Amino acid sequence: MSARDKRLSLEDVTVSFDGFKALNALTLAVDPGEMLCIIGPNGAGKTTMMDVITGKTRPHSGTAQFGSDIDLLKLSEPEIVAVGIGRKFQKPTVFERLTVFENLELALAGTRSFLKTLRARISAPQQERIEEVLEIIGLSNQRFSLGKILAHGQKQWLEIGMLLMQNPELLLVDEPVAGMTPQEIERTSELLRSLAGDHSVVVVEHDMSFVRSIAKRVAVLHEGHVIAEGDMDKVQNDPRVIEVYLGV
Amino acid sequence: MSQNNRESFTLWKPSTQDNGGTWFLGILALVAIAVPTLNQLVPASSAAHLSVFGITLIGKYLCFGMLALAIDLIWGYCGILSLGHAAFFSLGGYAMGMYLMREIGPRGVYGDPILPDFMVFLNWKSLPWFWYGFNHFPFALAMMVVVPALLAFVFGWFAFRSRVTGVYFSIITQALTYAMMLAFFRNDMGFGGNNGFTDFKDILGFDLHSDRTRVVLLVITAIALGGAYLACRAIVESRAGRVMHAIRDAESRTRFLGYPVESFKVWIFVFSAVVAGIAGALYVPQIGIINPGEFAPINSIEAVIWVAVGGRGTLYGAIAGAVLVNYAKTYLTGAFPEVWLFALGALFVLVTLFLPRGIIGLVQTRSKER
Repeated sequence: MSARDKRLSLEDVTVSFDGFKALNALTLAVDPGEMLCIIGPNGAGKTTMMDVITGKTRPHSGTAQFGSDIDLLKLSEPEIVAVGIGRKFQKPTVFERLTVFENLELALAGTRSFLKTLRARISAPQQERIEEVLEIIGLSNQRFSLGKILAHGQKQWLEIGMLLMQNPELLLVDEPVAGMTPQEIERTSELLRSLAGDHSVVVVEHDMSFVRSIAKRVAVLHEGHVIAEGDMDKVQNDPRVIEVYLGV
Repeated sequence: MSQNNRESFTLWKPSTQDNGGTWFLGILALVAIAVPTLNQLVPASSAAHLSVFGITLIGKYLCFGMLALAIDLIWGYCGILSLGHAAFFSLGGYAMGMYLMREIGPRGVYGDPILPDFMVFLNWKSLPWFWYGFNHFPFALAMMVVVPALLAFVFGWFAFRSRVTGVYFSIITQALTYAMMLAFFRNDMGFGGNNGFTDFKDILGFDLHSDRTRVVLLVITAIALGGAYLACRAIVESRAGRVMHAIRDAESRTRFLGYPVESFKVWIFVFSAVVAGIAGALYVPQIGIINPGEFAPINSIEAVIWVAVGGRGTLYGAIAGAVLVNYAKTYLTGAFPEVWLFALGALFVLVTLFLPRGIIGLVQTRSKER
């Protein structure tokens, strides 16, 4: 497959902070509708990679292309959100004193200015979209619950739901199951798998059993570049990966 | 998905049990009917007769209620704590005062047909440019809205653009109102120095000393307060209101969703300043005086205490707080003048410690328990 058919392609991306190379000639591609998991030890450059894709950090060299013709390095952070890249941060921040429904309402794409929001009404298609997302994230019965009374896992799902409201083509998800109960992890893995297909999903995660449960393809990051790529079994048996993880 | 969810398809908003707003509008309507009746129809000899003194007090409470409403809109819903809202109140009051001064005309002590007394006293030969137009009521009316709005816009624009928030914002609003007070105290500012404006004769030709005019002013104040309440409620119940909640609870998250947080804050701050300005404009003809003391920082802080006591984030609670605290103030400053400030301080401490949601919060909890 050529770079043109990729949802996202990073090529030779290098980021250095005072000489320390957080990303070192990183090359990585994501197919449309694919679920890719990124693992790696602390300091491997996972978060920096997310920052480059979302425009928070500018690389010193390399290219980042979204779809066939969008150069991400030329766009600002809000513009990158607008072309269809949604990012979920590690710490969930939902609006605590608004209901689940209202949280999703505010995340609806479109109306943003003060005067327009004064008169904004939820249209039938928007209502339907909210219902749809409520079902996807499994919070249909909590629609009137305030954000603050949700369990940790439910907050994470709501946050993913808020991303979905903007219909992103690429979802970046940072450590979605940190701090979750086994049941919540199970539910999250189902949720993310159901999203792949309609969206490309990139998940950064430490929890190996979780990664195994969701990913067809795994990329291992170490010292700012990809040292192994492929399915979980292949990656786990890769001698370099074993060396990095076990220090053999 | 289950059938239940489909059935609740259109029911996206929980039904609110809160009917405090209806109560408030009802009481306000009652006041607007009872005051004219008790003053105009009940003979002065009767014990039920309401004197001008009583009307003035009620009018003052309603104006303060409107100021509290303005503060609650930005503080209770958007998390912006302004400790300088009396500045907008006073500016509205001064705009009204300028009209009332021009309206005096040649009936002043010095009998100058154009210049207000204080200008004659200061030996001024002509009217300063910024006094032009204030002899026309519609122009003065526009200024009561435009001047507070303009100050709020310029101030809010710089403060919110620079991401000044929280306690830092509160402090510079204190500085703002203090600076305004010092400026208005100066004689050469052209606003009557420390005496301000007083000795008003009439408004639109109606004698300000007649009961009838005062009753009409009070009814207008009640209508303005009711209208301002409904406008504020419409804002907080719109999606813009939910964005304000979002800004209050997680400002950067709101920005990340793509909302122009700064512009929301500027708009809502300007609207709040306009409400405060109108309150001030209604206050002056009823009280009969406006002077730079109205800009005093303590006034703004007191107004914030009214909101805290009543219960912020409900709108009508702020109004109730303003009326109750000012009633207590009227009573205590009459009966035990020296304890008022201690009582006010104690009230604020007690409310902060024991009634975080104010008196309205207490009433709501009680009625839920039943």
